[in-house]
Amino acid sequence: MSARDRILGRLRGSAPAVAPSLPDAHALYAARRTDASRAERIASFCLQMTFWRGGVMRVTTDSWTARLRELCAAKGIGSLLYGAHGVHGAALAAAGIHSLTPYDRPVDEWKQELFENTDAGFTSACGAIAETGTLIVWPDVEEPRLISLVPPIHIALVDAGNIHDMLFAAMINDSWSGRLPTNALLISGPSKTADIQQTLAYGAHGPKELIVLLLVNEEEL
Amino acid sequence: MISENHVQHAMQFVPASAFKQCSADAIGDAHLRRSFRGAMDFLMDKRAAQFPDDATLQRQRDVAEKIRQYSLAKLPELLEQLERKLTANGVQVHWAENAEEANAIIVGIAQKHSAKLMVKGKSMVSEETELNRAMAAAGIDALESDMGEYIVQLDGEKPSHIIMPAIHKTKQQIARLFAEQVPGASYTESVDELISIGRAVLRGKFMSAQIGLSGVNFAVAETGTLCLVENEGNGRMCTTAPDVHIAITGIEKVVEKLEHIPPLYALLTRSATGQAITTYFNMISGPRKAGEKDGPKEVHLVLLDNGRTQAYADEQMRATLQCIRCGACMNHCPVYTRIGGHAYGTTYPGPIGEIISPHLMGLDPTHALPTASSLCGACAEVCPVKIPIPDLLIRLRGEATHDARSGHAPLVGQGAAKSVLMDVVWAGWAALYRRPVLYRGFVWLATRFRCLTPPTQSGWTVSRTPLKPARRSLRERLTERRRNRP
Repeated sequence: MSARDRILGRLRGSAPAVAPSLPDAHALYAARRTDASRAERIASFCLQMTFWRGGVMRVTTDSWTARLRELCAAKGIGSLLYGAHGVHGAALAAAGIHSLTPYDRPVDEWKQELFENTDAGFTSACGAIAETGTLIVWPDVEEPRLISLVPPIHIALVDAGNIHDMLFAAMINDSWSGRLPTNALLISGPSKTADIQQTLAYGAHGPKELIVLLLVNEEEL
Repeated sequence: MISENHVQHAMQFVPASAFKQCSADAIGDAHLRRSFRGAMDFLMDKRAAQFPDDATLQRQRDVAEKIRQYSLAKLPELLEQLERKLTANGVQVHWAENAEEANAIIVGIAQKHSAKLMVKGKSMVSEETELNRAMAAAGIDALESDMGEYIVQLDGEKPSHIIMPAIHKTKQQIARLFAEQVPGASYTESVDELISIGRAVLRGKFMSAQIGLSGVNFAVAETGTLCLVENEGNGRMCTTAPDVHIAITGIEKVVEKLEHIPPLYALLTRSATGQAITTYFNMISGPRKAGEKDGPKEVHLVLLDNGRTQAYADEQMRATLQCIRCGACMNHCPVYTRIGGHAYGTTYPGPIGEIISPHLMGLDPTHALPTASSLCGACAEVCPVKIPIPDLLIRLRGEATHDARSGHAPLVGQGAAKSVLMDVVWAGWAALYRRPVLYRGFVWLATRFRCLTPPTQSGWTVSRTPLKPARRSLRERLTERRRNRP
């Protein structure tokens, strides 16, 4: 008999005969549903993200690459890691940002360079959460996991139309349970720690800075 | 400084059986008490600020409790579903009945990859199995990468709090520690600089380690997903940068549906550190897929029993396994606040430790722990999943002093605190109370010869005035009053 069979055997021997009914998480959130407007969701997201020390820049479809170029110049970013074949790859390549570095081969071939010589990483975020000021980032083949983790600055582009009221709504509305990627992330601000005498310090192990480019309409700028 | 050094020595690797001595030592240490008082006040205030409306909080707690109870009721089924899903996703699932088996599995995986270095994200279960010791015995470095864990490991200590491992240390102590132990680091009391030092050391390790180890906050059966909650990013590093990721968790952490996660996660972070959300919520559903450029090539999950099935077997004690490890019970415990986490000598200190440790380690070394409570009930009041901790403390106090009741299998170490003297005293007391003649005679003697009560009464008079019977019993005084009434 294996450890597995013995453990499961013990559990089965004492599990209650009748399981309680399925807990209704929907009811909990239905009581709180606010029907917030787009403007309210944007405002809440910006407020909360700023609370977590994340920077938010409102940009438009036409202006975001130019704003990103300015940002790179202002921050002195010498290498901006990005997915060349990602959704925004072509737009970035056409933006005249000199520091663009494509994440174009397996990390095993250039791990040291990634860790030691990359100033910033650019990813898209597939959504956001208004309640907590959170980005929803699903890394994929084109925009791998480490872009949003290793470089000291993480810049993320998110469409204001994809801001959900709360995590539960995002999971349900976008049917996460049927299509989760190998790694899905929620990111709320730059990396931080309060492990030394409850004193908050940023840039513990991940990015020291998180800058959100929030895609809005012209009149929402 | 003398008291600080004294405490540091006393705090290392104390056996749980030495609890009474360790707690007495800790109470005598003003520095330690100040640290914990300050930290616990800070955490209690931060939590309270997250729950401005009690009715909402109670609704959330009800749902969270139901989710945990439901998951536990279906535990064997959910574990099998989790295993099926994870296996389909490419994750290798291992089962371990005890700490030795879990450690052997992990050492085995590391040796298969000829690993020299393993970086660890925060995992209390790996503390429970003393994995670091097993890895060291196999010649593999196991390096803690959570800042707090890194600090306590550097100083040869164990965590004193499940969420904030180095909460007992001042920044001056950490500054000295870094200056002495980290090559090239100079003395600084700036927290930002101290964190930068830790960051620089550990980045090199994330880059070069072949194995990353992590715990699991929640495992989702329907999707085969391991969820990790953290602020620092070291958890993401450990689970993303090395070629192999090994996750270890107790068997109780599984929930059925993804939609069960938001209510639990929302309460976990708010209860633990008073944050509405952590910086990172990391959901891992498999190793690197073909075409993906990073992520571990292998992911393993070790499911550990280690006494949990004993708690599971009893309907009342099963509630112990509802725990989501937020640490709010310790933050609000007047005993924990006064003695700190190390005095318990167990991986999980505070109220949750007092009710889970007897299952993990048996009652022999742990029977004193359930007595470390005034039963004030603060722990149960703040518990996000409504574990009736005081009831379980009382239950375990009883189990430690008597044989198993009929219909109940004996716990490991059942009756560990049994004492003939105590049994005799209680039997005598019961006999007195059942026979009115004897009882009255006893009361008459006790009141008339009250001057003979000893001035020192074992543990009672260490910090209290001696017990002394009244001059006359209540019954006598009432009779007298009736007689004197005009």
